[in-house]
Amino acid sequence: MKRFLLAAAGLLSLVGAVHAGTLDDVKTRGALNCGVSQGLPGFSTPNDKNDWSGFDVDFCRAIAAAIFNDPTKVKFTPLSAKDRFTALTSGAVDVLSRNTTWTMSRDTTLGFNFAGVTYYDGQGFLVRKSLGLKGSKELDGASICVQTGTSNELNVSDYFRANNMKYREVIAFGTLDETVKAYESGRCDVFTSDRSQLAAVRLKLTNPADHVVLPETISKEPLGPLVRHGDDQWFDLVKWTYFALLDAEELGVNQKNVDEMLSSPNPEVKRLLGTDGKYGEGVGLTPDWVVRIVKATGNYGEIYDRNLGPATPLGLERGLNNLWNKGGIQYGMPVR
Amino acid sequence: MSDSTSGQALSPHAFVSAAFREPEPPPTSDRGPLRWARAHLFGSVPQVLLTLFGIWLLYAVIPPLVRFFITDAVWEGTNRNACLPADVGHSVGACWPFIWAKINQLTYGFYPADERWRVNVVYALGALLLLPLLIQKAPYKRLNAIVFFGVYPVLAFVLLTGGNFALRHFLLGYLGFDGLFPAGAEVGGLSVAFWADFILSSALLALVAAGISRAVAGPGAGRGAARSTLIVMALLGVVLLAADVNFGLVPVETRLWGGLLVTLVIAVTGITVSLPFGILLALGRRSKLPLVKISSILFIEFWRGVPLITVLFFATYMLPLFLPGQLTIDGLLRALVGVALFASAYMAEVVRGGLQAIPKGQYEGAMALGLPGSLMMRLVVLPQALKLVIPGIVNNFIGLFKDTTLVLIVSIFDLLGAMRAAFTDPNWATPTTLFTGFGFAGIVYFVFCFGMSRYSMALEKRLDRAQRH
Amino acid sequence: MSDARLSDPAPPRGRRWSWTDPKLRSSVIQITLALILVWLAWSFYANAEANLSRLGIASGFGFLDDRAGFAISQTLIPYNENMSYGRAFLVGLLNTLLVAFFGIILATILGFLVGVARLSKNVVIKALASAYVEITRNLPPLFQIMFWYLAVLAALPTPRQSWGIGLQPIFSGIASGLSAIGLGGLAAPFSGLAEGVGAPDVYINNRGLILPRPVFGEGSSGILIALAVAVVVSFIIARWAKKRREATGQQFPVFLTGLGLIIVLPFLAAAAVGFPVHLEVPQLRGFNFAGGVSVIPEFVALLIALSTYTAGFIAEIVRSGILAVSKGQSEAAHSLGLRGGPTLRLVVIPQAMRVIVPPLTSQYLNLTKNSSLGVAVGYPDLFAVFAGTTLNQTGQAIEIIAMTMAVYLVISIVTSLVMGWYNKRVALVER
Repeated sequence: MKRFLLAAAGLLSLVGAVHAGTLDDVKTRGALNCGVSQGLPGFSTPNDKNDWSGFDVDFCRAIAAAIFNDPTKVKFTPLSAKDRFTALTSGAVDVLSRNTTWTMSRDTTLGFNFAGVTYYDGQGFLVRKSLGLKGSKELDGASICVQTGTSNELNVSDYFRANNMKYREVIAFGTLDETVKAYESGRCDVFTSDRSQLAAVRLKLTNPADHVVLPETISKEPLGPLVRHGDDQWFDLVKWTYFALLDAEELGVNQKNVDEMLSSPNPEVKRLLGTDGKYGEGVGLTPDWVVRIVKATGNYGEIYDRNLGPATPLGLERGLNNLWNKGGIQYGMPVR
Repeated sequence: MSDSTSGQALSPHAFVSAAFREPEPPPTSDRGPLRWARAHLFGSVPQVLLTLFGIWLLYAVIPPLVRFFITDAVWEGTNRNACLPADVGHSVGACWPFIWAKINQLTYGFYPADERWRVNVVYALGALLLLPLLIQKAPYKRLNAIVFFGVYPVLAFVLLTGGNFALRHFLLGYLGFDGLFPAGAEVGGLSVAFWADFILSSALLALVAAGISRAVAGPGAGRGAARSTLIVMALLGVVLLAADVNFGLVPVETRLWGGLLVTLVIAVTGITVSLPFGILLALGRRSKLPLVKISSILFIEFWRGVPLITVLFFATYMLPLFLPGQLTIDGLLRALVGVALFASAYMAEVVRGGLQAIPKGQYEGAMALGLPGSLMMRLVVLPQALKLVIPGIVNNFIGLFKDTTLVLIVSIFDLLGAMRAAFTDPNWATPTTLFTGFGFAGIVYFVFCFGMSRYSMALEKRLDRAQRH
Repeated sequence: MSDARLSDPAPPRGRRWSWTDPKLRSSVIQITLALILVWLAWSFYANAEANLSRLGIASGFGFLDDRAGFAISQTLIPYNENMSYGRAFLVGLLNTLLVAFFGIILATILGFLVGVARLSKNVVIKALASAYVEITRNLPPLFQIMFWYLAVLAALPTPRQSWGIGLQPIFSGIASGLSAIGLGGLAAPFSGLAEGVGAPDVYINNRGLILPRPVFGEGSSGILIALAVAVVVSFIIARWAKKRREATGQQFPVFLTGLGLIIVLPFLAAAAVGFPVHLEVPQLRGFNFAGGVSVIPEFVALLIALSTYTAGFIAEIVRSGILAVSKGQSEAAHSLGLRGGPTLRLVVIPQAMRVIVPPLTSQYLNLTKNSSLGVAVGYPDLFAVFAGTTLNQTGQAIEIIAMTMAVYLVISIVTSLVMGWYNKRVALVER
């Protein structure tokens, strides 16, 4: 018994790592740990070799490029909606880039900081074409499938109540795949989620043409990356990676012309690309951090077009996600 | 019941025959197929009905199954079109190409294709070591067991993860000797700071142990305690060394593991870890020391009283909050901790059963020989008790094997989880994909569990015979 | 310490590791253990405290009064999204108890049948029962739940192509049967019911089993009172019959009498107050059914899987229990003139129950605990509603998981207490 206890004490003394800041941890580790969704076309999907691509994925690659000058130094952890917050809280991921809606409780009591809104979205309904529905006001008496642990789960019952409709039942499933499977097998009439997600899910169905997304948007779903409370430097880095992507687009800096832009006389471009001032040091990096980002992933517009834009299978218009000076509400704070 | 007749007067309803009955003729022979059929199939009207019902049931179940899995099944193809009745032209049973297409995912998960030989080596080695352990007559049982329970886990761990863990210093850093070792100083793939720390702390622990034992039990005990502590630390050092050395293997994170690999890793780790802890807990529960007894009982009954899935949730969601700061634990490891806690409690009860079955005479005999408590347990009681509970352990293992499926609820993809993920592939969406997948997974689980349960029954029989003499 | 050593002779040679004073040794071990436990508890507490405040996560049980905001697909008590998390907890708990209750009943019936069938002389039945036991016991319960849900129930037709099962033909059948045997007066309510219910009332589709809902009008309490009276009277009769049997040996058909009372009395009461009950019939409206009660497929899948899985284990318990009763007992019963049925019922089973009950209890507990696997198919049990949805919405992992575990622990403890009491009652009185 005693020997065992002594051995146990020895083991326990081995546990206990010294903790530095998240950025230092990432640097020592040599890779960024990024939480993404478990496979959502356009946002994050692995191929057969487990190489990830998508809008949310590219955001993490941008951070990795800023830190390591290598967009491949990211380890992606696929997370279901219900596991995502725990993974971030427990430190299993450094940043959660997983189409997560920015809500007050998540920002405050759950202990997270949202770095920005990378995608302005709203909740919609996916139904079978054969039902012949024209709008979501006709959904009275429907059975609804929803993924548990999402803001959608809360919105849908509020929407029905506000519109004096009654659902037959709301069935909540643990993962997106389960929910979609249930919808596809006919367990529910409606699958409700963020519209971008509906568009992506529709592509995963056996016959996408048999399904349609209803026109109404019933909620605001600002989706963005988040980090945990308690490390302001890391929060700044993630936040400014997002702003830098927007500023680059606004200033016309893209993957192709970034080298030429280094000699641009425009003072805004100079500050952004670090040829004037040392703004990158404010987030713990070198002044040319944005050059690395844009070289690796392109600016915000390029990331959008590559993964979600009209030329992709998803074919999502920019809409609200256009820059503020092009009719949207994406607004990058100035580097100054 | 037992007191109803004795001492009571006969009730007026009692009846005693006054004369002998005529003896009945001897029963006719009950041999021959007809007799057999009459005895076993068509004895009476209800018997006949039951037999007919049974035959109808067999008829309703077996031919469709054979048709589905064999005659109507599709055996070759590259995508769903091979299994669509409209494209094939006849009704389609199982869609086996779906399984062929997903077989790698089902066995290895996302384990990199170039590194899968490592998994295969672990599988093969495990089978090679386990087989002689299961066969009673195979020689070198002791050596075999030591290799299987001691060396094999370390080997499997290094092979599967790739080893080469960057172990950091833990003691000297706190004490302000950071500058002593340049960061990342390595000798042959070993971090110097860690090993300096390790040797130092081993020596310290041995000193403390010696001090305590000396104070408690006199000078001779001090040396013994120091020696045994050092031996434990040296063994631990060997294990850590294996994990620390750079063997040139590419590290493969547990996130990439999946399918049968995860199922087996969880089941085997659970049973291996739970055995020593279960024995300790069982001994604790029978201990005469009230605190030891109560804490063992509380521990055992707590984990046995809650569903495994809450334990997994506890390990996944709560454990991180209970650990210091940013100490992160790998997701699979967290699940393993949960499974080990759970399995230990069940194992403790199995072992307790064995301990209780040992006749009191054995204890008394050992005491009469002057064996102290620990030696009595180690030399007399435990060897007999453990032999008795081997079938129970195997049954526990079957339960654990089935329970591994639960990890899919905390997003770890075991065999069932990998299968469910495969179902969502639109390239293989056919009407029979689900049944094919469930059929395949069912056969795999059945083969494992049924095999083990047969083994445990055979063991039980053998032990039974040995007990009777 | 020195005293302790003085009381001992010098430790004998060759036993360097023995602590000769058991008292001292036990206190050292216990103090060490207590220190470790306290240290563990303290460090857990301190770490949790530090982590929660660092992350700014709320703590405490105040969240139970907050608005839940999510819907639950099966509620036994009134619930809507405006109610609190505490209410959602209750809803989940009742759903767990519901599936456990029906699961235990079904598993027991099925298990006893299969267990007895495994001992049958009939080889076909025996082989079938063995196959059943081997298959159900050797497949993981989660696998079975998912199989029933994803593969079997999902393959049922859509609401528009539902299989309808009519009550109408049943009621009119009873009515015509009654009038045929000259009880035309009693037939009237049935033909009324048959007209009232209209075409099919029970539907099976991939949304579950949809049944008509009885709506109780005024005066329904009379029926309930009649039912209660019937139950009480049946109990009294049973006691009386037992006494009489013990005194005289005469049998009385207790079961049939009780059943008759429980059916006839409420029926008479209902007739007296003029049948205030009518059925709310489900109707296909738009793309879904409205009205009626639906038994959701998640429940059905979970119930089938849990009860068939557990029945496999119960069958084995029953079989070994019956085998444990020595053959002499049934031979003795036969020689007393008891037939097969009474022998089994009065002699073999009561003795077998002593062997059967303890493992049966743990199977019941296993079934209850396994009901938490419903989360994999979206059944809103305690685990899914509370440790799933509520945990996600509030993030208060410690409180929620502790509460969930506590519920299962309480269920375990209560069951073992009840079964312990029963065990004591049936235990062999040895002298």
